[in-house]
Amino acid sequence: MHQQHSPIDLSSGKYVKLWQGPQHPGITGNMSLELAVCGDEVAECKTHVGYLHRGFEKLMERRTFIQNFTVVCRIAVPEPTFNEYLYAAAVEELAGIDVPERALWLRTFNLELMRLASYLMWLGGISASFGHGTLYQWTVTHRDYVLDLFEELTGARIYHMYIVPGGVRAGFPEGFADRARAVFDKVERILRDVETVLFSNAVFKTRSKGLGIITQDMVDRYGIVGPNARACGLKRDLRKDEPYLTYDQVDFEVVTGTASDAYERTWVRYQEMHQGLSILRQCLERMPMDGPFQARMPNVLHWEVPAGETYVKAECTRGEYGYYLVTDGSQYLRRIHVRGPSYTHAVALMEDLAVGTNLADVAGLMVSLHTYPPEIER
Amino acid sequence: MSLKDLIAPFYVWQRAFEKPYTQRRPIEERPGAERYRGFHVNDIELCVGCGTCEAICQNHAIDMVTVEGLSPKPGDSGLRPRFDYGRCCWCALCVDICTARSLRLSNNYAWLTENPDDFRFIAGADPMSWNDSQLGYRRDDHYQLLTPERVEMPMLSPEESRASFEEVAKGYSPEQAVLEADRCVECGICVATCPAHMSVPDYIKALRQGDLERGLKLLYETNPFSSTCGRICTHRCETVCVIGLQGTPIAIRWLKRAIVDQVPDSDYKRILGDETPDNGKRVAVIGAGPGGMSAAYYLRRKGYAVIVFEAKHRAGGMLRYGVPVYRLPDNDLDKDLEYIRSLGVEVRFNTRIGSDVPFAELVENHDAVFIATGLWQPTKLRIEGEEHPRVLSGLKVLEDVAEGRHPDLGKRVAVIGGGNVAMDAARVSRRLGAEVTILYRRRVEDMPADPEEIHESQAEGCRLVTQSIPVKISEGATPDKVMITWGEAEMVADPKGGRPRPVLQEERTHTETYDCIIAAIGQAGDFSFIPPEYRDRIEISHGKIVSGDYQQTGVAKIFVGGDVANWTADAISAIEDGHHAARGIDRMLSGQAVAQA
Repeated sequence: MHQQHSPIDLSSGKYVKLWQGPQHPGITGNMSLELAVCGDEVAECKTHVGYLHRGFEKLMERRTFIQNFTVVCRIAVPEPTFNEYLYAAAVEELAGIDVPERALWLRTFNLELMRLASYLMWLGGISASFGHGTLYQWTVTHRDYVLDLFEELTGARIYHMYIVPGGVRAGFPEGFADRARAVFDKVERILRDVETVLFSNAVFKTRSKGLGIITQDMVDRYGIVGPNARACGLKRDLRKDEPYLTYDQVDFEVVTGTASDAYERTWVRYQEMHQGLSILRQCLERMPMDGPFQARMPNVLHWEVPAGETYVKAECTRGEYGYYLVTDGSQYLRRIHVRGPSYTHAVALMEDLAVGTNLADVAGLMVSLHTYPPEIER
Repeated sequence: MSLKDLIAPFYVWQRAFEKPYTQRRPIEERPGAERYRGFHVNDIELCVGCGTCEAICQNHAIDMVTVEGLSPKPGDSGLRPRFDYGRCCWCALCVDICTARSLRLSNNYAWLTENPDDFRFIAGADPMSWNDSQLGYRRDDHYQLLTPERVEMPMLSPEESRASFEEVAKGYSPEQAVLEADRCVECGICVATCPAHMSVPDYIKALRQGDLERGLKLLYETNPFSSTCGRICTHRCETVCVIGLQGTPIAIRWLKRAIVDQVPDSDYKRILGDETPDNGKRVAVIGAGPGGMSAAYYLRRKGYAVIVFEAKHRAGGMLRYGVPVYRLPDNDLDKDLEYIRSLGVEVRFNTRIGSDVPFAELVENHDAVFIATGLWQPTKLRIEGEEHPRVLSGLKVLEDVAEGRHPDLGKRVAVIGGGNVAMDAARVSRRLGAEVTILYRRRVEDMPADPEEIHESQAEGCRLVTQSIPVKISEGATPDKVMITWGEAEMVADPKGGRPRPVLQEERTHTETYDCIIAAIGQAGDFSFIPPEYRDRIEISHGKIVSGDYQQTGVAKIFVGGDVANWTADAISAIEDGHHAARGIDRMLSGQAVAQA
């Protein structure tokens, strides 16, 4: 943990106050960092959220259980699928619905495809934050190939609305698995190029190594999860720790790092992309291609879910993502709370890690934590 | 830092000469994927305007509106969804829930227009460029938001049912009823089709929510014969139920029964209210069948003193004497009738208007009269030999059985006719141990009987011979036998476009011997109780008393309803006639105009 420069006396002339955001390419979404810099070194960082004015949680209390599945995907724009899955899983648990096996596989496939798309965009983001705009073009293009797959499977590129309480909306279209494999090969090729250009790159190495080190003692204090925790050596992954869907039927190992800086976090995610491709290919091999993909549902127009509460969680690209649902036996949610990892990573952890860094590296540091302000403001 | 770290970034140049990935719009077009959720397409002919799309839309992006030039068929609200693309989020829940499966999305996703109002359009009716698009999102065959299969009604097996007069349909358990009620989408298309306009979606909802008392109240708003109709209604509502478009319609009739069966009759007065204070006016009702008792109920509710004159010694009319107890047990009919009587409706049994009480006296002594005498005269076969003592009328057989007199039908029975009376006569004969042959002059699809009656009669072992026209009845070998000669019929198309006509093939006739023949080809009314002085004002046309608004006849204080007045001749129509006439009588007696302008 860095030492706080205190107190910051702006009238001393030693400091300059700078606002980074709420519109800034280094911040994936609308939030802002209020920085006090001394020269080009950050002396203090205050994080600000509240620019999105969305109130999804409240909105969802006025929507029926089926209607909400079209809302949740908007909570974290680059990763709608995790929201779709968690909402569906929570409702299914409260309503006592068992999802058929084929739907479980299709969901696993979707979540991993989402992880791949999200990581591709993030990889572009981290590259661009350190000055590599070309890599951004590469990875975002390849993300689009993944989105093509989503479009084919779900009917939409971003807001898929595919995982619905009770199952999924459709199986694979004709020939889809082969086209998916072709895209995975293509992504694998670009990843090799990215590895060459990014990880053996003097500029990237110099700037990212040692940047934003998260020590093990910070992990529990800040509630750090996902690759940010794994990059400091913690073997923490819900897919392994508490397997859901069909993750217990695919082979993969939890990727960990040691250095726990921005470079290490990038490296961990990079390896997880390869691992994700392996899981996706395993899904294609192992999932049943016939059979039901939807459970028998009550009439969704007046669906009353029994009173109860539950918290369900899944490993999204940024770590543990959770949905807390309370129902009261009516057609509407009594309360829903969405807990995304960005909350601690972007709001609290960032204030700590930014201090002492070079102003030019703040964007890179922020992106290396992989946060989405939309999921802070549900 | 190594030399490699300095050189590696230049590797990006390798890709500089690759073909760009980007699409050059508008030179190149990229169509949406086969499942793309693009703009809405609605097959306006398939759509029935149930509005379920509107109900599920979380953005209120859909309004059901009338469409110019669209002439709706029965079971069609005449409305069609209009989409507002200022609100739509293309989630396609409307497509998933569409009961007619007329709605889908095209894979078109780009649309430019100068006029923002264009973004509100009626899919399928307005000329959109993507109307003919064949690609785009449609509901997968294996994905459903509604349950197409009906909860099966527990029934006696045909072996059990033909051996006794026990009720065939056992009724839903409370759990089954809730499950079946859950399938309803509450579109209300059925309400327009029900002759009584019962608030079907509301009482189904009450049942689903376990609020039986509200359910019962809703039933009695339009139908005081809910126990009866819950069993034997012709349920036209189910023929238009939108769930039936992709599956089996909601069992509306059985759900009505489920409500009534779960409320004990001792609770009726508490739930529905007690007697209404007399308003000092008197109304006479002729006939204690569904029409007459329905009028009596609604008039009594408004405070009228009602006296019902019934020629037989029990109430119920055709429900009692024409519907066998295996379809409508006496107790369940009595549940309806006794509640009506308990409100202060007086029924004078064994009192025939005309012979026991002169019609004129009745009209004189009451503020209004409602005629609901029903059709009790069996239609003649009009063939040679039909006066044979072993030729019985279907109604007579049913009446005998209803009264506990088991007529001697013998071992082999022929039933002539294709209506419900014929089916019931056949099934009753089966229960009395006879082998039954049903002779019907047209095809199965032309039979006026309820499809389930036809089905059940067959399941119980009745032999059905269609396109068979009786030609002659003659003496059998012994006095307790009778012979019938019938000829095969060919269906000949009607040049005027009417239904095909059976034409006797004289060279193909058959003669069979039976122990008795039951003729059940229809009934007619007996209007002899109406004295000549009224005949010039009470018009009778084609065997029916003609009525105007609110069932009023040419004599202002005389109203008419039921089988003697309407052409549908079923219980629910009679019940509605009674209700409607009660409104008319009330209007007349409270000084409002009865005839509508």
